[in-house]
Amino acid sequence: MSEKELGKKLDRCLADSAVKLGAGLGLGIVFSVVFFKRHTWPVAFGLGMGLGMAYTNCQNDLRAPYLIQRNIKMAS
Amino acid sequence: MGGGVGGTILYANWDPKFRANVEKSIPYSDQVFGLALGPAAPPPVINKPVSQTTGVLEHILRSHSLSFVSLNLTKFVVKHKLAHLTKEPPKCTECEHEPAVKERPEGEVAARLAEQDKAEQDLLTSLSSNLEDALGSTAKVTLQAIGAQEAALQAIAQHTRQLREAMEAEAPPDKKSTQWRVLEDALSERSRSVDEAGAAVLKAKAELDKLRGVIDGAKHLKIAAARPSILAAEENLHSMVVDLDSVVTRVQTAQSEAKIVSQYSELVNEAKAQFQKELNSITPEIQANWKGLTGKLTQDDLNSLIAHAHRRIDQLNRELAEQRVREQIHIDSALEQQKLEDKKALEVAISTALEHNREQMRLEQEKKVEETREVMEAEMRTQLRRQAAAHTDHLRDVLKVQEQELRSEAEEILNSSLMEKETEYRRLTQDQLDSFTLDMNAAYARLKGMEEAIDSHVIAEEEARKAHQLWLSVEALNYTLKTAALNDPTEPLEGAVQAIKESCAEDEFAQALATALPSESLSRGVYSEASLRARFYTIRQLARRVALIDETRNSLYQYFLSYLQAMLLFEKAQEAPPAKLSAEDLDTFKLLSYAAYSLEHGDLELAAKLVNQLKGESRRVAQDWLKEARLTLETKQVVSLLSAYANAVGLGTTMAP
Repeated sequence: MSEKELGKKLDRCLADSAVKLGAGLGLGIVFSVVFFKRHTWPVAFGLGMGLGMAYTNCQNDLRAPYLIQRNIKMAS
Repeated sequence: MGGGVGGTILYANWDPKFRANVEKSIPYSDQVFGLALGPAAPPPVINKPVSQTTGVLEHILRSHSLSFVSLNLTKFVVKHKLAHLTKEPPKCTECEHEPAVKERPEGEVAARLAEQDKAEQDLLTSLSSNLEDALGSTAKVTLQAIGAQEAALQAIAQHTRQLREAMEAEAPPDKKSTQWRVLEDALSERSRSVDEAGAAVLKAKAELDKLRGVIDGAKHLKIAAARPSILAAEENLHSMVVDLDSVVTRVQTAQSEAKIVSQYSELVNEAKAQFQKELNSITPEIQANWKGLTGKLTQDDLNSLIAHAHRRIDQLNRELAEQRVREQIHIDSALEQQKLEDKKALEVAISTALEHNREQMRLEQEKKVEETREVMEAEMRTQLRRQAAAHTDHLRDVLKVQEQELRSEAEEILNSSLMEKETEYRRLTQDQLDSFTLDMNAAYARLKGMEEAIDSHVIAEEEARKAHQLWLSVEALNYTLKTAALNDPTEPLEGAVQAIKESCAEDEFAQALATALPSESLSRGVYSEASLRARFYTIRQLARRVALIDETRNSLYQYFLSYLQAMLLFEKAQEAPPAKLSAEDLDTFKLLSYAAYSLEHGDLELAAKLVNQLKGESRRVAQDWLKEARLTLETKQVVSLLSAYANAVGLGTTMAP
């Protein structure tokens, strides 16, 4: 069902972004707490990183069909 | 035949020897001759025993000819003889083959012969026993007689010897008395023995007569096998008779000698008595026996005695002279008498010798006859055997020839009839075959016609059936197409397609069509139009949302923009597509509305075509839908073709010829 594909992708996107954000947040918090003395910027950084990663992932996922693949044959 | 018989009779009348021959050789001919010519004149060699023997021989020969000669021969001869003579048939007690002849079966004849032989054998044994007994007794008696005769002879001889001795010897008176006594004893002995001998001879003669009677009786029985024993008995008899006679003659001669000697002794005694009387007359006191007178006589007595003696001598001389004179006469007369007696004796002797000779000859003859008979019988047997053998050979040959002839005849007849029957049979079979063939041909033609009609019918029906089946299967396929639930594909069409394929195995078109179905429809089934239609709206929505996305524009931001566009852009929900699409009609939204319109109007094909014009992500999103739509369209197309074809075929087959 090709029409469901988009939906799936978006679901993945969301899930992924959620995870990334969470992870970023977590890491940010961790870093902020651990390394950066509870500054908020690691959190934001983490969040941003997370978001960015999620965005990229989503985009890549959505782009995947349009990528031209090359079958690399290793010269033996 | 009659001429031959008449000639035989005439010649027999003229030649008795011929007659005898014929009578001997041919049975019953003697009776025939007797009837025709009278009894036969006795043959010149007239010898009673011989003729008797020939008569006996004839009898025996006849009997044996009847026993041993072949039946056919006698039958033939007898029949012919009797057929041509008008005399009464001869009676014959021994002959069992009567003129009313019929060939006896061999077993009966053999039985009869065996019976005869047995009877003969019995008779023979009894006869031989009789003969032996008689012979034995006779021999004993004869021996006794001969012994007695010998004894008598001895006694006579002794007596005469003693008498002679007594006459001639000069013995003292006491010896003389003993001598005389001895002589008397001898005389008595002689007389006794002579009497005994005579009695014995009589007994022997009686026995011999008895034996002869027995032999004659045996001869009368006419049994051939007994002949040798009879002959032997006769020989014995003859020899006994001869011996007896010889002994008797010897005794008689002895007796005659004794008579001479006794006569001589009598004469001497007479002379002695005379002398004694004279002496007594002269010397009356002298003792009787003059031989004992010596020593007792006186001189006178002696002188007188001498004178007497001289006187006696003279007398005696005179008598002697006289006697000499008479001697010649006496001698002559005695000679004459002797001659007569001799002649008589000779005659008697001759007669007896002749008798004996005759007897001997007869016996010899009989023996010879017996031998010749044996030989002849043996020869006759061999001849008969030969004849029988020849006869059987001849019969065999004749039978063989006949068999050959008959066989060839029969074969000929058989062959000819067989040929006839065969030709007849062939003709009939041919006729039958022809008629049958005709019938068969007709029937065959009809059958062929029927078969062809049936076949064509069958073919037509087969076609019809196939068409029907095809149509049914196509209907089934159609039906399966209808089983699509909403949002679910139909049943896999495989079964129905298989059924179609089976039902139209030799229909290429249908096969091609059946194979033209897409495999997904076979394995998975196709979606119905309704489901596709329903699904389209989802697709449409999604396609609207990603309308901007394509290969170049596919970032997330574009996605967002596309979403925004979809939200803000309003198009007609359904718009009738133009007949030709222009460039601006290739817009997603437009296309989608066209497709919606066509779908709403049931034109999935156009919708699919329009959707096919989508580009980019929209296309990608509608890809599946498109595939499904394509599948469905294909299937529907094929199915419709099939059903059309089935209908056409069905129409074709159910068309009236």
